[in-house]
Amino acid sequence: MTTELIAGAVKAILMIVLALNLSLFLLYFERKGSALIQDRIGSNRVTVTGLGQRMGMPNLGIINTTIADPIKMFTKEDFVPAGADKFLHTLAPFLALFPVMITFVVIPFGDTISIAGQRIDLEAANLNAGALYLLASIGLGVYGVALAGWSSNNRWSLLGGIRATAQMISYELAMGLAIISVIMTFGTLNLQEIVRGQGGVWFGFLPRWAIFTQPLAFILLLVAGAAESKRVPFDLPEGESELIQGYFTEYSGGKQAVFMLTDFAEQALVAMLLTTFFLGGWQIPWLMRDGFHLPGGAFIALPALAVSLMGVVAFLVKVVVLCMFLGMVRWTLPRFRYDQLMRLGWKGLVPLGLFNVMVTAFVVVATGRVQ
Amino acid sequence: MPPFLYIFLGALAIVSALGVIVQRNPVHSLLALIATLMAVAILFIGEDAVVVGFLQIIVYAGAIMVLFLFVIWLLNLQVETGPTGHLALKLFGSLAAALLVTELFFFLAPPHLQVKFTRQPLGYGSLASLAGKLFTDYLVAFEATSVLLLAAVVGSVALARRLPAADDSRAAEKTAS
Repeated sequence: MTTELIAGAVKAILMIVLALNLSLFLLYFERKGSALIQDRIGSNRVTVTGLGQRMGMPNLGIINTTIADPIKMFTKEDFVPAGADKFLHTLAPFLALFPVMITFVVIPFGDTISIAGQRIDLEAANLNAGALYLLASIGLGVYGVALAGWSSNNRWSLLGGIRATAQMISYELAMGLAIISVIMTFGTLNLQEIVRGQGGVWFGFLPRWAIFTQPLAFILLLVAGAAESKRVPFDLPEGESELIQGYFTEYSGGKQAVFMLTDFAEQALVAMLLTTFFLGGWQIPWLMRDGFHLPGGAFIALPALAVSLMGVVAFLVKVVVLCMFLGMVRWTLPRFRYDQLMRLGWKGLVPLGLFNVMVTAFVVVATGRVQ
Repeated sequence: MPPFLYIFLGALAIVSALGVIVQRNPVHSLLALIATLMAVAILFIGEDAVVVGFLQIIVYAGAIMVLFLFVIWLLNLQVETGPTGHLALKLFGSLAAALLVTELFFFLAPPHLQVKFTRQPLGYGSLASLAGKLFTDYLVAFEATSVLLLAAVVGSVALARRLPAADDSRAAEKTAS
């Protein structure tokens, strides 16, 4: 019991630290990666000693973006506008961040490992209803944004809040439908079981990842997830050219940093969901519990612990690559118009999602995988 | 579920339910209602009714309360400074409240209070058991409800739809003027 509790606490802290570090990486990628994509130089001013620069190394802007920027934000004045609802104005950033952060606990980041005779599931909380938990906590993310817009006593903020709420509610539906079709494919709500179900190969070479059986659901979740995280091309709630900064116009200092952190954490969460549901989670192609079974019939034996650790690394690699992909989408596409956004959500994604669920149901019944 | 957690969540649910009717600001009332729903949902989950608990969060806290928020915004409800409403309304309101309290008193009177607690079998309240009941024992009721909801959705869309002819005439007026 005690060891279970300690293991659970350690895993939960690990997951939070992972989420925060991914957010920091995304902040760096936001600044320097966008510069790379747009052929700019990007932040390159701050150094500690200047030694590397004197030796001719380029300044990668790591200190600028990951240390100087956050310090600047957290030391700025925390301003509450006149006429604002002070209580809700303060509560809103945390209401936005909290649901995202608690969602990370059900993401499996590795196979079960055994240390000193104890079997430890590499998932902070192995819930049987994991997928339901996920949908529930994502659904609560609306309130922080909505209340931030409302409590600021500012028209732009309120408009941003209304836009964000409508957008998140609309795309949640498509997200749920995409997840439902994956649940039907694997017949379980447990995320660890879903990842297990993606082990093994078809035809001797193709990994059994759900992206090959549910390609439509993958695209649905990718688009809906990008919309949930309110990034370009779905950043209408912020829309600088129309709404100044949208729902967090009236936020400054640490609270604004919390909103930015929420967006980055959501992006990391979307990457993790895509990895878990469609890209085999911690599964590595052709890697079984005892080692690699390559398509040609070759076999490379590996110890069990190494296989587990490689799984964790594979999960992280997939998540980081997807994060970078989402970031590249952000710096490539222009923003949608609001009617286009709603049309895409309700007339594009939702019918496609329903169609996908129906086809999946037919296939599941036809192949006789119903108890 | 440990007793202290049960008591804590129950107290939280009652306090936030009181908050719904005590607050004057409609948005604060809404937040209190969400807190109530969350506390009750966690109670459900703690008592093994996992699916019901999560569905309560997804559907009520995550979607219907957002709809309430929209209604508050769109109707531009303001902070109420004092009691409003007709005297007759208040009279009937207090009469109904008194009736409810009387009914509750008789319902919860000591002879009825001998509630027996039985342990449910493992897996009770899981998605599998719920789906099994829904698609065998209560299939007709389930399907009838879904058809009813669909009819309501279609009806509301039909009511909210602007007739194309009206739009045309308005556009014609605009060009004429």
